[in-house]
Formats: sequence, structure tokens, C-alpha cells
Amino acid sequence: MVVFEKPKALADVPLHYCPGCTHGIIHRLVAEVIDELGIEGRTIGIAPVGCSVFAYNYFNCDMIEAAHGRAPAVATGVKRSDPENNVVFTYQGDGDLAAIGTAETVHAAARGENITVIFVNNAIYGMTGGQMAPTTLPGQVTQTSPYGRDTSKVGFPVKVCEMLSNVDGATYLERVAVNNVKNVKNAKKAIKKAFQNQLDGKGFSLIEVVSTCPTNWGLTPEKALEWLEDNMLPYYPLGVYKDKFAEKEDK
Amino acid sequence: MADKVLMKGNEALAEAAIMAGCRHYFGYPITPQTEIAAYMAKRMPLIGGTFLQAESEIAAINMVYGAAAAGKRAMTSSSSPGIALKSEGISYLAGSDLPALIINVQRGGPGLGGIQPSQSDYFQATKSAGHGDFHLIVLAPASVQEMVDLTFKGFDLADKYRMPTMLLSDGTMGQMMEPVSLDMGEVKEYDKSSWAACGTKCEREHNVVNSLFIQPDELEKYNFERFERYAQIEANEVMYDEYRMEDAEICIVAYGVAARVSQNAIDKARENGIKVGMIRPITLWPFPKAVLNAAADKVKAFVSVELSMGQMIEDIELAIRCKKPVLLCNRTGGMIPTTGDVLSKIEEANKIGGDK
Repeated sequence: MVVFEKPKALADVPLHYCPGCTHGIIHRLVAEVIDELGIEGRTIGIAPVGCSVFAYNYFNCDMIEAAHGRAPAVATGVKRSDPENNVVFTYQGDGDLAAIGTAETVHAAARGENITVIFVNNAIYGMTGGQMAPTTLPGQVTQTSPYGRDTSKVGFPVKVCEMLSNVDGATYLERVAVNNVKNVKNAKKAIKKAFQNQLDGKGFSLIEVVSTCPTNWGLTPEKALEWLEDNMLPYYPLGVYKDKFAEKEDK
Repeated sequence: MADKVLMKGNEALAEAAIMAGCRHYFGYPITPQTEIAAYMAKRMPLIGGTFLQAESEIAAINMVYGAAAAGKRAMTSSSSPGIALKSEGISYLAGSDLPALIINVQRGGPGLGGIQPSQSDYFQATKSAGHGDFHLIVLAPASVQEMVDLTFKGFDLADKYRMPTMLLSDGTMGQMMEPVSLDMGEVKEYDKSSWAACGTKCEREHNVVNSLFIQPDELEKYNFERFERYAQIEANEVMYDEYRMEDAEICIVAYGVAARVSQNAIDKARENGIKVGMIRPITLWPFPKAVLNAAADKVKAFVSVELSMGQMIEDIELAIRCKKPVLLCNRTGGMIPTTGDVLSKIEEANKIGGDK
């Protein structure tokens, strides 16, 4: 009896991620959702620039590699090419989505673009070796904030879900984490809803996944999970920041 | 003979794009090309197409990238400063071997420059439309009819060679009205199923549209292959027009609005007994090198007429291996050379050498 297997939407190739990195979990959750909704054949994924740049090799659906930060604009072009049929998601990190691609993110949300955005927030630029990200915490030491992020000089982290919750066009915004089993289960539920919303034509859904970067945080995988819980979650509280259709139902 | 209609260049171009099967237009307003967006905004919803005003030029070109990656004919239009913003996306289109049509209705620069006609994006279009080793096919219309014909042709070339094509126009061509025929014949369909990211239907391996090749030998291999395709284009797709070149001793080289002015000057000079003609490049890349080099064996001098500080003149000198002098007749910043300006340059060229 098979009790555990690789999702069909995930390619049978080794991932390049560092030990303890949570990208692998998030990839798997996305792939499981694609399998469960039976949409692999009509899904097109947009990969970012950053640690998950090679995501185009890891999913079995059609994939497009976008320029840094431009994934929501590319996704818009793809979605508009066959809006009745295709399912389009972007997979982006914090530098990609919340720094260089801020305009593309905000305006895809403002248009209510019927896409699904998976936003991985690990508070650091991983691929380039650990520089300060738009989501790096106050006081956090990185390669380009070696004395700790000094908010009097470089300002404060960008809270993406809170920011987008004020954008009328956004449909569904939830922040989840993948640091323990309970949170992983919640994360999957949220990701599934974000895809289901698109199938139902409900518009722009974004799931922010609070994630770890043991290598660039300079911590063991286990310590990184603890650091996430002690430092990231107080600054980036988990929860639903907007659910337009739930709000309507409440009224 | 098809019926002709009187149309503004920008609107005729937009209609030609629709007739070429383009149903996906993404743009951002900028003078002097906004009529294209306005026309698309009116027409696209009526024919089941997409018109989308993006939040920036950068977003617009990336939307084109997405629609093109999904296998659709897509276009964007802008003017000089906006094209600079699109250059990142243009490079990604080239690196991912995606067809698309990019319209540049040029205005004066650098910087915010002005809004009057210019040809000062010649270098940008033909040599540095973005980072990395690549070319665009660059088409230069000199009439409203050519705005139509080259838009139609531009989509076909883009699909045929799987690469972005640029229509390099200027404010004059965009704004002027002329009678045009919109009878362009059949749209040739290209099979994009081997590469388009439009859903596997679980019937094939997944397609990946990508320009990242982390192994240098692999990236080199793709660049070599792309340049083999470019060599075919240089061999097969050069377009130019000749005017009164049969016995010419002076050869004007000009494209777009500069060619229109030059044609008048040539007629006047001929009345004064000066044997002058014109080679008008229609493709700026590939540049009509061979015909110019052959002409260099017959004429005594060339005159490059440009609305820039002298950009195409470098390609003329290269094409003719500097065998003959090349004079520059130019205005810039949105100014257009007059027939008189060109005529005096022809007379100056006529004084060069004795016989040929």
C-alpha cells in the first residue's frame, strides 16, 4: 500500500535548495494542490529571479522564467491569453515581489488580476548570498546590514499582506508559515483556496509563506525554525488579511 | 485594386496589427504614439481581444512576454523614453526566442527630450535594444502604407524567426494622414506547440520559456544558434528601395521621414543636372550592406540624411568599407531637415573629386 508519494505535478529531479530550506515544502504544497484540483494540464507557472529561479525545472506544468520582479506582469499576459481555461500562478521571493517588483505586485492586485501568487518571505536575499531584503527585520544582521538593520537609516520592513489589504482589487490575502506540521497544513489549505479562487474567477489571491533561510541566517535548520517563530512571526503575524468573498458572506 | 481609405499612420498601424491576428496589446501612454493605444482600446473589446493599459512600460513589455510565451501574437507600442524602459523585457524576449512586435514612434532625446519627430534611437534599435548578444529585426516605414505593410510583415518575421521585431517609426509617420490599402492577404499561421507555455493538457512534456543558462557552454551554444538564424535573416530578409540610382554619382541614404524629404531634394537637384539618387533602407537590421557596397563602386560620394547627430552614417561607412566619403545632413532634437538643407548637401557632395 502506498502511503506517501511524490505529487505528479512535481518533476522527478533533485532540488538545488540548501539543507533545511523550506522552499521544498512550499513547492510540494503547490504541487499537491495542483494534483488535487486536477489542473496540471492547464496550469502555467511563472518563476522569479532569486533562490527559486529554477522552479521552472521542478514543476511538471508549463513554466515561464520572468525577469526579476516582473512575474505578476508576465502572469497577466499569460492569463489574458486564455482567461476562460488557463490557471496561472507566480512563485516569488521577498526581494522579487516586495522590492524590485512592488509596482507589478500592487497593480496586479489593483486590477483584480485572476491569478494566484505564492510569496515566500524569508527576510533575506538568498541567491546572492544573504543581503538585506525589503522584509529583513529591524536589527537583523545581513551582508549589507552588517551592524543590523538600522531603521533610522534604511527604514522598516514591508508588510505585504497588510499593505495589499488596502487594495480594493485584491480578493484573498493570507499569511501562513511552514515551520511546524500544524502550520504546514494551514499553509496548504490557504494555497488550495488561492487556486480555487482563480478557478471560480474570484480574482487576485496572494499567500505569503513565512519561510527560513538557514544558510544565510547562519543557523542550523532546527535553530532557523525556532528563529522564525521567535522573530518573524511576531513581526509578521499569521492569518487572513483579506477575504473579499467571506466579507460579503458575513454581510 | 483594393479600396483605399484615408488614415492616420498610428491608427493604420493599429488596424494592420489586428488584421495580422494580434489580439493582445499592452501599452502605456506616451506622446506621440498614444493614438495606437486609443485605437486598440476601442477595437479590441469588440473583437474579443485584449487591450490593457499597464502600470508602466516595464509591465507592458512583460505582459507582452507572457502573452507571447503562451503562443499569442502580442504587441506593445511606445516612444523613445518608454522604449528605454522596455529594454530589459526586449532582451528577455530575445533570450527566450519569443516573437513579438514592438513599435517605437520616435521622439527627440536624450532624457525626456521632446515630443517632435526624431530618428535618434537608431543605435538603440539596431545595436543596443537591451543587454546581451542579440538583434531585433528593425523595420523603417516611410509612408502610412508602409506603416501598414511593415506591421503585417513584422508579425510574420517575428513568428518565422522566433524573435522580437521592432517597427522604428517617428512622430511624422505616426501623425500624418495618407490613403492606404488594408488588403494584406492571408495571415500565415505558425505552429508554436513545441515551445509555447499554454498548458500541457497532460499530453506532452512541460514546455519551459526561459533565458537562463547557468552553464557558460550551454549559453554560448544558444547564442551561436541564434546567430545562425540571424545570418539567415541577413541573407534573406534585407529590404530597401532605390530611387533614381541608374546613373547616380551621388547616393543619398535615408529612411523614414528623412527619405521623404530627400526624394524632393533629389528631384530638384536632377533639374539642376546633378546625378543623384537614393538607397532607402527598409530593414535597418539587417542593414542593406551589399547594395550599398556595390553602389560605392559607382558613385563618388554618399550623403546620410538623418534626424539625429549621425547614427546610421556609421553603418553606411562600415557597409562601404570607407571606400567613398560619406557626408552627413542632419537636424536633431525634433527638427526635420528641409529640402533646401538636403539640396545644399547634395551640391557639396557634387564638388567632391573630379570623376567619380
